[in-house]
Amino acid sequence: MVTYLSLIVLIPLAAITAKAFSDGPGHFWDAVSQPQSVAALKLTVICSLVVVLINAVMGTLIAWVLVRDEFPGKGIVNSVIDLPFALPTIVASLTLLTLYGNDSPIGIHAAYTKYAVIIALLFVTLPFVVRAVQPLLLSLDRDMESAAESLGAGKLRIFTRIIFPNLLPGIAAGVALAFARALGEFGALVLISGNVPYKTEAASVFIRGQIESDNVVGAAAVSVVLLAISMVMLAFVNLVQKWGLRHDR
Amino acid sequence: MSVSSPKKTRRSIQALLIAALMAFGAIIVGCGSSSDGSSNGGGGKVQLVAYSTPQSAYEEGLEPAFKETPEGEGVSFSNSFGASGDQSRAVEAGQPAGYVNFALETDVTRLVDSGQVAKDWQNNKYKGIVTNSVVSIVTRPGNPEGVKSFQDIIDKDLEVVTPNPFTSGGARWNIMAIYGAALSSGKSEQEALDTVKQVLSQAPVQPASARDALQAFVGGAGDVLISYENEAIAAQNAGEDVDYVIPESTILIEQPGAVTVDAPQSATDFLNFIWTDEGQKIWAEQGYRPVNKSLVDSSKFPTPKDEFTIAKFGGWDKVADEFFDDQTGKIAVIEKELGVSTEK
Repeated sequence: MVTYLSLIVLIPLAAITAKAFSDGPGHFWDAVSQPQSVAALKLTVICSLVVVLINAVMGTLIAWVLVRDEFPGKGIVNSVIDLPFALPTIVASLTLLTLYGNDSPIGIHAAYTKYAVIIALLFVTLPFVVRAVQPLLLSLDRDMESAAESLGAGKLRIFTRIIFPNLLPGIAAGVALAFARALGEFGALVLISGNVPYKTEAASVFIRGQIESDNVVGAAAVSVVLLAISMVMLAFVNLVQKWGLRHDR
Repeated sequence: MSVSSPKKTRRSIQALLIAALMAFGAIIVGCGSSSDGSSNGGGGKVQLVAYSTPQSAYEEGLEPAFKETPEGEGVSFSNSFGASGDQSRAVEAGQPAGYVNFALETDVTRLVDSGQVAKDWQNNKYKGIVTNSVVSIVTRPGNPEGVKSFQDIIDKDLEVVTPNPFTSGGARWNIMAIYGAALSSGKSEQEALDTVKQVLSQAPVQPASARDALQAFVGGAGDVLISYENEAIAAQNAGEDVDYVIPESTILIEQPGAVTVDAPQSATDFLNFIWTDEGQKIWAEQGYRPVNKSLVDSSKFPTPKDEFTIAKFGGWDKVADEFFDDQTGKIAVIEKELGVSTEK
């Protein structure tokens, strides 16, 4: 198991980190702190945060509807949720471009703006929260809700005291995964984001530019920052989950 | 997160570093052996590694035609197409290659530096260039804005689509075309840079590659697109409703090709075939300008009055540093100024 994890994940990550610092910490800082990378990182982090917030709400809602409601075509909707995983992201980008581009058939011209980045990221990260919350909802003991109701709790109180605390670990896990994915997403953004430096250039596209400019160290440096941000997020989610469990017991 | 003693953590970090080093070693050894394996042809197999746009020219034109020649009899091909810089880096890292064709000379230079392409690769009749094209302005059908030059984009205040020169090495031709045309019109170097800056400021989108840019343009973005003539012709052939104009003052794009040092004879034969009249005519059919000037059909490929080459600016090695260094290059500085001025 350790060997497998090392080969697939740990060694590559260590190699990227080593590469990022291969010219010394001073170069690392230069690469990361230059205005263009700062702008790209800022855009990516802010858009990703917006995206996971929307996902936290909408994903939970979708999971709720899929578990608690009965409607015709539910099975189909349930399987459609995973399609963003299956679709090559560059195809997603192309599709979104056709939908929200200048010739938009639905009259929404979002392409090449920050909103386009958010839309594209929402698309690719949709399944995370839904799929993390769904099993929790399925296994949620409905007797607890009935008990609370018979004790006179209102609907809102039942949600905030019974349902939400039970779903929180799932929401947190989904949010963490979605956030990490959003930070690194390239394919879905490359056609639709506009790529204008300082304005609509996401970190992943900026990294692409660094590689094309033969600045591999700079590319690795910015990647390491993305990795670090992801790690902080995952650690934070870990805390939330622990807090949720303590709250539960 | 699990808590472990500092000593234990240090030991596991050490283990990780050793593992990483071993991985690096394995990669380096791997490269060595794989590039050795591709030598001497016998029956002949050409491992072609090229940038993406000429794919159909090779697969539907040049390769079948070469197989008809005495040298090409029994030769087989394995093709790899992708973004020019990526392809060049892949070969540098060990992807087997016999014949390479890139969008930029610097992508060949990279392989010269790594010892995979002979230093004298430009020592031939066409200086290592296999095809030409020119930077053109692609317009909406009928050229409603009446654009004729890069300066018109500024004068008529048009929205322009051009790929991001840092994600697309090929897009650097566009920048140098605008810059050179401004110089030709009598502007100073600083004024010419300002012209480039003005054009870039009118770009609402800078797609990652030439193909992405075309996609954005036919999807409705921008009034004009700056692209290669061969890309414009390919778009028209693919049924896209676009027109293009060749500015009177523009750059001649030179796309280099070379064989690697351990390539089989068949790869060299193929490169020589590409330079024959027959080979060059196939390029022309695909929208590229032949490097043999006597074969350029001026009705299809009108020669711009003021056609300059990258040599005007000292060649790609110099231009890559001076203009496109990602920190200090003149274009990086321009993008920075544009970004800062609009950031609020």
